[in-house]
Amino acid sequence: MAGSRAEQILGELMAEATADQQVNLPTLLCQACVRALPLDGAGLWVMTEPGMQSLVAVTDGTAKVLEDLQFTMGEGPCIDAFTSGRPVAQPELATTAPTRWPGFGPAAVEAGAAAIFAFPLQLGTIRFGVLDLYRSQPGTLSGAETLEALAFTDAATILLLYLQQQAPDGELHPNLEAGWTGRPEVHQASGMVSVQAEVSLPQALLLLRGRAFALNLPITQVARDVVDRRLRFDSADQEFVVTATS
Amino acid sequence: MIRYERLAQVFVELADTLVTDFDAVDFLHNLTDSSVEVMSVQGAGLMLADQRGALHVAASTGEVDLLELYEVEHQEGPCIECFTSGQPVVNIDPVLSLQRWPGFTGLALAAGFGSVHALPLRLRDEVIGAINLYCTEARTLEPVEVSIAQALADIATIGLLQERIIRDKTMLTEQLQGALNTRILIEQARGIVAERTGLPMAMTFQAIRDHARKHGQTLPRTATAVIDGTVDMTGWGTA
Repeated sequence: MAGSRAEQILGELMAEATADQQVNLPTLLCQACVRALPLDGAGLWVMTEPGMQSLVAVTDGTAKVLEDLQFTMGEGPCIDAFTSGRPVAQPELATTAPTRWPGFGPAAVEAGAAAIFAFPLQLGTIRFGVLDLYRSQPGTLSGAETLEALAFTDAATILLLYLQQQAPDGELHPNLEAGWTGRPEVHQASGMVSVQAEVSLPQALLLLRGRAFALNLPITQVARDVVDRRLRFDSADQEFVVTATS
Repeated sequence: MIRYERLAQVFVELADTLVTDFDAVDFLHNLTDSSVEVMSVQGAGLMLADQRGALHVAASTGEVDLLELYEVEHQEGPCIECFTSGQPVVNIDPVLSLQRWPGFTGLALAAGFGSVHALPLRLRDEVIGAINLYCTEARTLEPVEVSIAQALADIATIGLLQERIIRDKTMLTEQLQGALNTRILIEQARGIVAERTGLPMAMTFQAIRDHARKHGQTLPRTATAVIDGTVDMTGWGTA
């Protein structure tokens, strides 16, 4: 798995990291990937199952919007790559996305993505994350570019495991916590909504997603409204009545 | 005596098992069977050391099972000596063999074996076990035969160390996913506590941690109990 190119990538990252102690290695990896390939953005997820996922690193701009969209909609290349264990390539997003991802697709195109690629991070049959790559121009990755993307995927795999190795058992490495910022409220809100609407936690997350989709808001904002008790999801007569209390 | 026509094929077969779904037990049994075939010997046994350095029989062709167990139990025999020294123990004179390993040699002779050879499973300084080759006649292995036997032992070593690396990494992915799940679990539990007790979200973590400490439970376990609805939260809101 640790091809020489992946090791070279990691070597460069480490060299860059020693020059600046404050840097976050997964973020550096995403940035290096965007520099090395004809791409405009990259995002790195750790996942255990769709929904149980944490954005570890993302490059600025459109990529941030796209990762937010995927998390809000609960669909997209990252979830597909994780579920199937295979890379996902959508080089002509404008034509293919609306049918493949009815929620995420049009929104992603509107946000400025023209091509999307996702590579699962896996070890044998175990999958534990995804590397998402975006481009504002349509078009496939060439053979050499795909190999380079796979090398970055390998490097990301090694890096995440390396970081986890440094962390105390049962805890996430600080570098892996970085992307967590802004996400806890989604899971807190899931907990609150599960009590309010008397539904399971996965169903509560779906309710939050549905609400965000309907209002065209990021899920984090809807979650924030729930946590701050400005929004409730109460069950009545088998129907979920959403009441905004302020 | 060596079946060269099978040799290349056996190496390819063994290498192949290294890349597909690797099963250590299967792999070692294939290896002992292949060793018997390629070396034209009549039995083979493979021993591996555990974390404390104690040897265990990992694979053997049926007929030599008892001999291998005898070696392990009595700490006597060529395999033990080979593992301890990290050097091949081959072509031992029968008289010397009786002096060095009286019990083992007696049993081997009784079982119809005239000579036993042992090669270490070694990568650089690390010896992880040894393989025994049993011959019905008092056979002297040529230097080239010793090299080939050692090559088979080396394949076993590489395969096992590879498996260990993969297993270590697998454990890491489990830890990583476990840590992530724990984080999510705790946040979900905080939401449930906030809703049930009316506590501000900022105070829910402390409430869960207090409960965990009071009951001598880990934080993840308490969070799971909160989610399952088995935690009595009476008084939490006013605490």
